[in-house]
Parts: sequence; structure tokens; C-alpha cells
Amino acid sequence: MLTVSPSPHYQSDTNTRKLMCNVLIALLPACIFSIVVFGISALISMLTAVISCVFFEFAINKWLFKNEDYSIKDCSAIITGVLLSFNLPNTLPIWMVIIGSLVAIGIAKMSFGGLGCNIFNPALVGRVFLLVSFPADMTTWTKVQDYSVDGTTGATPLGLIKESIKSGKMLTDIDLPTVQDMVFGNIGGSLGEISVMALVIGGIYLLCTRTITWHIPVSVLGSMFILAGIMHAVHPEINASPLLHICSGGAMLGAIFMATDYSTSPMTSLGKIIFGIGIGVLTIIIRRFGAYPEGMSFAILIMNAIVPLINKIKPHRYGAKK
Amino acid sequence: MKTFHIGGVHPKENKLSKGKKIELAPLPEVVTIPMAQHIGKPANPVVAVGDTVKVGTKIGESSGFVSANIFSSVSGTVEKIDNFPNVAGFKQQMIVIKSDGTDTWEDTIDRTDTVVNNMDFTADEIKAKIIEAGIVGMGGATFPLGVKLSPPPGVVIDSLLINGAECEPYLTADHALMLEKSEEICIGVELLKKVLNVPTAKIGIEVNKPDAIQKMTEVAAKFNGIKVVPLKVKYPQGSEKHLIQALTGREVPSGQLPGSIGCVVSNVATTFAVYEAVEKNKPLFERVVTVTGTALPNPSNLLVRMGTSTANVLAAVGGMPENTAKIISGGPMMGKAIQNLEVPIMKGSSGVLCMTEAEAHRKKESNCIRCGRCVDGCPMGLEPYLLYALSKKNMIAELNEHNIRDCFECGSCSFSCPAHKPLLDYIRLGKANVMQMIKKEEAAKAQQQEKK
Repeated sequence: MLTVSPSPHYQSDTNTRKLMCNVLIALLPACIFSIVVFGISALISMLTAVISCVFFEFAINKWLFKNEDYSIKDCSAIITGVLLSFNLPNTLPIWMVIIGSLVAIGIAKMSFGGLGCNIFNPALVGRVFLLVSFPADMTTWTKVQDYSVDGTTGATPLGLIKESIKSGKMLTDIDLPTVQDMVFGNIGGSLGEISVMALVIGGIYLLCTRTITWHIPVSVLGSMFILAGIMHAVHPEINASPLLHICSGGAMLGAIFMATDYSTSPMTSLGKIIFGIGIGVLTIIIRRFGAYPEGMSFAILIMNAIVPLINKIKPHRYGAKK
Repeated sequence: MKTFHIGGVHPKENKLSKGKKIELAPLPEVVTIPMAQHIGKPANPVVAVGDTVKVGTKIGESSGFVSANIFSSVSGTVEKIDNFPNVAGFKQQMIVIKSDGTDTWEDTIDRTDTVVNNMDFTADEIKAKIIEAGIVGMGGATFPLGVKLSPPPGVVIDSLLINGAECEPYLTADHALMLEKSEEICIGVELLKKVLNVPTAKIGIEVNKPDAIQKMTEVAAKFNGIKVVPLKVKYPQGSEKHLIQALTGREVPSGQLPGSIGCVVSNVATTFAVYEAVEKNKPLFERVVTVTGTALPNPSNLLVRMGTSTANVLAAVGGMPENTAKIISGGPMMGKAIQNLEVPIMKGSSGVLCMTEAEAHRKKESNCIRCGRCVDGCPMGLEPYLLYALSKKNMIAELNEHNIRDCFECGSCSFSCPAHKPLLDYIRLGKANVMQMIKKEEAAKAQQQEKK
């Protein structure tokens, strides 16, 4: 008895789970770095987010959808959990982390139909929900000095810049961290975003394993760099340097891990570049002119909303009439 | 390094029979020769039950412009002319010939191994011989070569391209042929050059066959205007349209044939058949077939007579492995899964691939994660995820707008999908529906015009 099926009779050995695991491996350096700097509180925050995300996905599948396949085996809920915790300050109360996870998985992911069906990045929806609900807790960062926390609180570089602009001070008058400190993560901020180095290592791993393509990270960071560079060249006293912009806040985390989320980014290479440029430009605009010091999350969510429109752009077709 | 510009995937090569010499398959006792071994109209049988035939006797006469002659591959008597299931499972007219075991060839055929390089033929003579010998594209598409060599008036052919890419995993038949019959292939190229009246020809070979590139380059140096071009290893490099882009930079416009941009592509096996037909008077009744599979103890390249059953071919390499669950005629990307072992070898059969139980079954399908791998992989620049969804919803007009007819079913989308979606299955279905819609529309238009 022979099996008969249409071609192709060959399938690549990638699968959804392997791709998701690649992302998890790529998140490891930033994860370890965060635990080293923030200590046990970072670990607790991450574990809470991961466990609650996986639990909510399981629970919704089992009791709400009554699915037999719980879809947690694909590891995507773990990524949502890790990314959500990466976007939170280490001092955030545990119950808020759990609420964030519920919003991320319940509202942003499962209510659209689960993996691949969601329009907005779940982790970012969770973060933004927490940010607008608990603005004070979400913007209190512990001060980082010599790669450890001492219990006092301090502002992030972007917070300092926003303050100085609001109060009419010149950037030269305030004390900004050096780029070197930002690259190696000797600054305050959310759990996963402080070390550019750790995030870039993860990004290189993702590119090498062909989990993501270069289009989105490069276009996000490139457009941020160029726009911030022009603004800095025109008014250096009120606009921060482009290097500071791409090394601070959620720029790296957003460009490498959040904007590249498969479900919420465009399908074609050209679409990905347009998407990335949109994020970069919006981020700089929000950072410079908006009410919040950081605009990465909002920029990504706004661009997520127009992905269906971007997907109308056709790829270059072989033999198309010119 | 040269290659095509859009899409492409990298399947695991698994060329198990790489480096194996071409061996003669044992003579079959019975052959079942289909009258349709090519695209176009089936040939008409010109023998009757009880007739005695020799090897190379014409048994099927070409029935139109896009058709081809069929020849007996054994000497013996015609036993039956009846309908049997073909490689796709449809019943089709075939001629069953019982071998007398003597292997007597037609007297006109030169059976010696000497390489003949006789260029004293005119272009028309060569073309007539090619058409008479029933040569069709042996890479799998089986388009009659005579048609390719007869461009419609106004079309000027300026590029002759020889396809030695062999991009399908597992297959090594063309590779073996290029190593062992390089001179013959080059003479075949010279003959085709003469027919088309072009000064140069390019042979494209993927760089995973360095020995073939070296051998062909050495031999081609003895001829004028034959250039061997190494190509990047990327599936589907051996697709006609993509080979043209890699070698000339031109694109075949959507819905048109390569001739429209002045290109003729011929596979190396086809080119070898041209040599044999013209210089040796040998019609097309045997070909090199890769018999392979991970469970096969001895994957081989066999010279097989047309009409030999798959069972006999497998017997020649030690029989079908016990855990075989699927047998593919051709390569794993575009080949057809056959229903039973009686299916005969034909002009377009480049391989017989046995897949084990573990390899034969598709992986479980899951949610589309919208990763875009199918879009990145499509060599035609289509959006397989979209075509899949439209086809599932039976939105036929939209499928046509999204150029579903450009798809040539290479399988790159289904291959690369991490969610294991049956993308190509639905695209194929959509294509058939679109074709039907267009046919209906045309019929309706014709009717309206009649009324007027």
C-alpha cells in the first residue's frame, strides 16, 4: 500500500516551535544580564510573567475555547511573558505583572484567535495597558550604578531629556550617561532594555539562524538614527545625539525583538522596511514632541495597526509587465 | 555567482547516488509504453496486437504539432493495446510489448560507442531528425523539442541555454550524464546551435557538481562558443524561467514562452538525446534514471528502457526496501507519488525515489504565524499565504488578480512553511478553478459574438 499525495514531498525541518525557541535563546543574554544587575527581583518578575502568560493561554484554550490542543507547546506564550517582563521596571508589584500578562495573552492574543491571528504585539499591549493604568509604578526606575542597584530611584536617560525640554533647560546643562554606559547596560531602565550589547548579541543570533531578516531592525534603527541625526545637527542644544537615541530606552529591544514579531509585522521585504521606517520616525517624534519620554511601544503598536494596509504592497513579481 | 533574483529555497540535497557510474538496467520481459509521454496530444498507435517489433521501431505516430513519436524499447511482439493507469493515476492508452529476449535493434541505429561528430547536416535535416526521434524535454516538463526549435514567424532566437542545474534533491541522472557523456552533450549543443542559427550556447551547472563543471569546461573548450557557467545552489535553479534569468538576465513575461525573449532551453539529457538521434540514428527509447532513497542499500543511476515498470527498476537495485511508504516518480519537490509499482518509466522520468514511513507523511499543520517565509521563498514573487486563503474561500476572481496562473508548482512555499500548511495543494486547486473560469468566460464571449 503506497501513500499518494501531491508534491512537494519534502518539508524543511523548521517549525513554529523551533523558531520560537530560537527567539528564547536570543533573549538569554539580556535575561542573564538583567538578573545580574537587578538581582532576584528581576528573576521573580520574569518568572511571574512567563508562568502567568502560559497559564492564561492554557486556561483560555481549555475552559473558554474548549480546544483539545492547548497551543502552549509552541512556546510563543513564554516569549510574550519574557518580553512583557523585559518592558517593566524591576520594582513593579507582582500583581501588576499578572494583570499585564492577562491583558497581553487574554485581550491582545487569544481574543483575536491565538497565535498568528493577533494584530497587536501582545507584550506591548500588556505594557501599554500597565503604563496608562499605573503610570507612577511603571515609570519608577531604580538607579543603577556600577552594574548594581542601590535602592534609590533615578530617571532614565530619556526621562532626563524630556524633563530638561519641559523645563526649558539645555541638554548640555544636564548630566546624561555616556554611550559606553548605555551599550554595556550601566543605566537605569526596564528589565530587558538596559544593555544594548546583550540585545545585539541576541539579534545577531536571530539573523544567523535566519529566524528574522535584517529588514525591520535595520530600518527601525536606521531611520531613528537619520532623523535624530538631522534634528541634532539643526538644534544640538535641545535634541539628543542620534547615538543616544538608538542606545536608550526600548529602541534596541523594540527593533530587534518586538517589531520583528511575525504575526504583527508585514509579509514582504519592502513592507518590512516601510514598517520599520514608520516605527523609527514615530518613535523619534513621540520622544521629542509627545507627552511620554519613550515612544517605542506606541510607535510599534501604531504601525501594527496599519500592517494589513502595508500587506497590500505586492512583492516584485517575476515576468511582471513593466 | 549567477542565479535567479527572486525567492528560492535550500532543500537538503541528499544526492545519495552522487558519483555512481551509469549502469545498464536488466532488460525487462515486458514493457508498457504510454502513448502520452509528453505535453500535448497523445501519439496514435501504428502497430497492432500480434505485430513483431524491434528496438527502435516506431509504435506511436505524432498526432499534431505539439506531440511526439513513440518507439518500442524492446524487440518482441505487441501483446495488448489498452488503457492503463499512468503516473498521475488516470487511465491512458498504452502498448504492452513482450520481449523476445534477443534485444534486436533496428538496423539503421549505430550501436557502437564511438563518438561521431558529423556536422554535414543542414539545419532542417537536424530538426527533422529530432522531431522524428520523438525527443521531448527530459527534465520533467516533457515539452516536445521540435516545437521549441520552430519559433513562430517574427520571433528571433539568440540564446541557446543548456540546463545542467539539476536542482531537485536526490536526483543525479544529469550529473552522471555530464561526467560520462560530456563530449556527446557538447556535440548535441553544436547541433542545436546549428538548428537555431545561434553562434554561442551556455551550459548552466550548479556549483554542487564541481566535477561536472570541470569536465564540461574541459570538453567545451574543444568546441567553439560553448560556455559553462557555474550557478549558485538554490532551488528551483533548474526551472526554465529561472535558468534564463540566471544565464541571460532576462525575464520571460508572464503567460509567455521563453521563445518570446529569444531563448531556447534544453536539458542536458535532452541534448544527449539530440546527439544520439542525429549522429547515431537512435530514437528516444531509453534514458538515465536515478533510483534512490535513504533506505535503499545501493542508490544508482540506471540506463532504463522506456516502459519498464517501477517494480523492475527497483528490482535492479536490490528491490524495494520494506519500510517504503511512498514512491515518487521524479524528485521530491515536483515529482509525482505513484499509486502502484506497475507505473512505467517514461521520457520525463528523471528519478524513482523511495520514501520511508517516516519521510512519507506530512507533518501536522498548525496556525499560520505570518512569518512570510512562503513569500520570501516564492521564485515567481507571488504571495502563497494569500493565494492559499483565497483558494480556501473559493474567491476565484481574486485569485486571478493575484496572478495565481504564474505559479509553476515548484513547491518552495509548502517546503518552507514552519506551520506545515498545505499551501501548494490549495494553490493548485485555485489554479484549476481559475482556468475553468477563464474557459467559461471565453465560451460566453464567443457565444455573444455569434449572436451578433
